[in-house]
Amino acid sequence: MSSFARKLFSHARLAKWAVSGPPFVFLLLFFVLPGAIMVIASFRYPGEFGGLAPLTAADPGTLQGFTLETYRFFFSDFIYTEIFIKSFLVALATTLLCLIMAYPLALLIARSPKKSRDFMVLLVILPFASSFLIRVYAWMILLGPQAALSQIVNGLLGALGIAPVQLLFSPFAVLISMVYVHLPFMVLPLYTNLEKHDPSLLDAAQDCGANAWRRFWQVTFPLSLPGVFSGSTLVFIPVLGMFAIPDILGGTGDMLVGNLIKEQFLGTRDWPFGSTLSIMLTIAVLLFVWIAAKLGSTRGRYV
Amino acid sequence: MSLLELKNVTRRFGDFTAVDNVSLNIEAGEFFTLLGPSGCGKTTILRMIAGFDLPDAGQILLDGKDLADTPPEQRPVRTVFQSYALFPHMTVAQNISFPLKMARIPGKEAAKMLHETLELVHLADKADAYPHELSGGQKQRVALARGLVNRPRVLLLDEPLGALDAKLREEMQVDLINLQKEVGVTFVFVTHAQVEALALSHRIAVMRDGRVEQVDEPSRLYGSPQTRFVADFIGHINMLEAQVLEPAHGQFRLGVSGLGEIMTQPLHGVAVGSKGTFAIRPEQVRIGVHGEIQELKNHFPGTVRHFLYRGDVTVYKVSLANGAVIEALLPNSAPGRAELFRVGDAVNVGWRHDAGVFLHE
Repeated sequence: MSSFARKLFSHARLAKWAVSGPPFVFLLLFFVLPGAIMVIASFRYPGEFGGLAPLTAADPGTLQGFTLETYRFFFSDFIYTEIFIKSFLVALATTLLCLIMAYPLALLIARSPKKSRDFMVLLVILPFASSFLIRVYAWMILLGPQAALSQIVNGLLGALGIAPVQLLFSPFAVLISMVYVHLPFMVLPLYTNLEKHDPSLLDAAQDCGANAWRRFWQVTFPLSLPGVFSGSTLVFIPVLGMFAIPDILGGTGDMLVGNLIKEQFLGTRDWPFGSTLSIMLTIAVLLFVWIAAKLGSTRGRYV
Repeated sequence: MSLLELKNVTRRFGDFTAVDNVSLNIEAGEFFTLLGPSGCGKTTILRMIAGFDLPDAGQILLDGKDLADTPPEQRPVRTVFQSYALFPHMTVAQNISFPLKMARIPGKEAAKMLHETLELVHLADKADAYPHELSGGQKQRVALARGLVNRPRVLLLDEPLGALDAKLREEMQVDLINLQKEVGVTFVFVTHAQVEALALSHRIAVMRDGRVEQVDEPSRLYGSPQTRFVADFIGHINMLEAQVLEPAHGQFRLGVSGLGEIMTQPLHGVAVGSKGTFAIRPEQVRIGVHGEIQELKNHFPGTVRHFLYRGDVTVYKVSLANGAVIEALLPNSAPGRAELFRVGDAVNVGWRHDAGVFLHE
C-alpha cells in the first residue's frame, strides 16, 4: 500500500468516526449506561428512604450486597405476571384495533391522486402538533359524565331499562385513548408500504380473473405484510410500557406494567423491584420483536 | 365472422383523441400486431380489448358478442404486461397457477395444466423460484405462461420484448412464433419496433395519431406501403418528390424535377399530372461506376457524400443532380467490398423499373 493510499484510508476512518462518533457516545451515555445501572440495581436491596441499600455496611444486620430477592418476589406473587398478561392483552387489542382502522385509511391515501396524498398524510400527523398529555386530558372531558357522549349512551341505556355506566375511569376509556394516540404510528408505515405497490400487479390480477375481494387478499394484503408488521411493532411496544393513559383515564383496576413500574420508583420507592420489572418488560418486548421479525422475514422472502 | 372485431372504436382523453374511429378484424389463430410510434393509440386499444378502458364510441366484439358490459376479470382475454407484472410474493408455479385458482379449476386438473405450461415455456426447473431470482428472459416466459395457462381466446402482448437486450430479444422472437403456433391462441401484439413486427406477425396494423394507416401482411407492408408514413416508419426508404407523366412506349413514367424521368411499374387509378412521392428501399438501389448500372432502366449520376460501415452492409449516401440524397445499401458479401467507394467519388445509382412505389398524395 502506498503512503498516499494509507493516508486516504486513515482519512476515511477519521471521517467515519466523525460521523458515527457523536450518536455512539450519546447512546452509550444515555442508553447503555443507564441500562447497566438498572441491571445492577435489580440485584440489590432497596434503601431505607428510596434509592439503593449500600453495597457494604458496617452493621452486618442491615441489608447489603447483591441478591436475587427481587426476582424471587416477582415470581412469588402471580399478581405481577397477571399485570404483564393484562398489559399484553391491552397492547394486542390496541394493535388490532389500530390495524383495522388504519388499513382502509392508509389504502385510501395511497390510492388518492398524488397531489392530495401529502395533505392527507399531514392530517394524519396533525394531532402531534399538540401535546400528548393535552390530548389525553381532552378525552377526560369527552368521556366525562357531563359530556354529550355519556349523556347519549346512558340515555339509550336508560330507555332500555339498563343502569347507567361510567365511561371515564374504565378499561374502555383506556383502550379508546390508546388507539387514538397510536393510530398515526400504524397509518404511516402502512401508507409508506401501500404507496409503493405497483398498480400493474392489480391489473394483472384482475386480468387473471380476480375480483376486487380476491385482488385485495391475494395481492395487496400479502404484499403489505412488512408494513403491517412494522406498524404493529410501533404500536404494540409503546402501548406495553404506557403509564400516563391508564393513570389519567383508567380506574383503580386498570393498572398496567407501566403504572406498576412508575409506582415502584415514585410511590413505594423500591428501586430494585422497579428495575426488575423494567428488565422483565424489556425481555418481553425483545421476545415480541424477535417473533414479529421471524414472522415478517418468512413472509418477506421475496423482497 | 372474425374472432375479434373492433367497430369504429374511438377513445378520447380530454381534448386528446387517443383512438380515432378504428375498425379492425382479427382472425382466430392469427398473430396480429399493432405497430406505431409511442402515443399512436396502440396501447389504448390493447387496454380496451382487455377491459381496463372502455371506448367512448364504437364496439369491441368477441365471437360477435359486445364486450362492453364484461369486466376485465370475466373476459376470456389475457394480457402480458410490459413490466411483466409478476406477483413478487408468489413462486413461478404460484404465478402461473393464479388464473387457474381464480377460475376455481380443481387441483388435479390445475396441476396438469401448470405442468404442461411449465414444459411449454421450459421453466419446469424454476417452478419454486421467486420472480426476483429470475433473469429478464425467464420473467418474460413466466408472464407468457401465466397468460396462456388456461388458454384464453386472445392473448394481448404489450411490448413484451421491450425490456430485453438485443440478443435475447431475437431469441424470444423465435420462441414467441413457435409458442403461438403450438398453442394456437390468437396473439395481439403491440410494439413500436418495426423489425420485431415484421419478423413475428401474420398481419400488421400500422397506426399513427390514433388512426390505422394500413393493415397488411409484413412483406406487402414493406414492399407496397400505401402511405408516406408507412413507407417511412417501416424500414429505411428513399423518397423523391415526383409527378405522374404520360405513359410512353408502354412504360409508366414519373417526372422528378432537376433529375429527369423514372420508369416505374404500372400506376393504377392515378391521373396523369398528379403529384406524390416516389419511394424506394436502399437495398433496391444499385451503386457502381458504370457498366451494369447503365443497363438499368433508371440510372442517375451522383457523388458519394457519406458511407456508414455496418458490418454486414455498407450504406452509401449519394447526392444526385437535383440535390436529393439517395441511400444505397451494398452487402459486404466478398472481401474488399466494404471499401468499394470513397467520399467524393463520382458514381452511378440505378434501380429496376419495377422497384419502388409511387405514393399518391
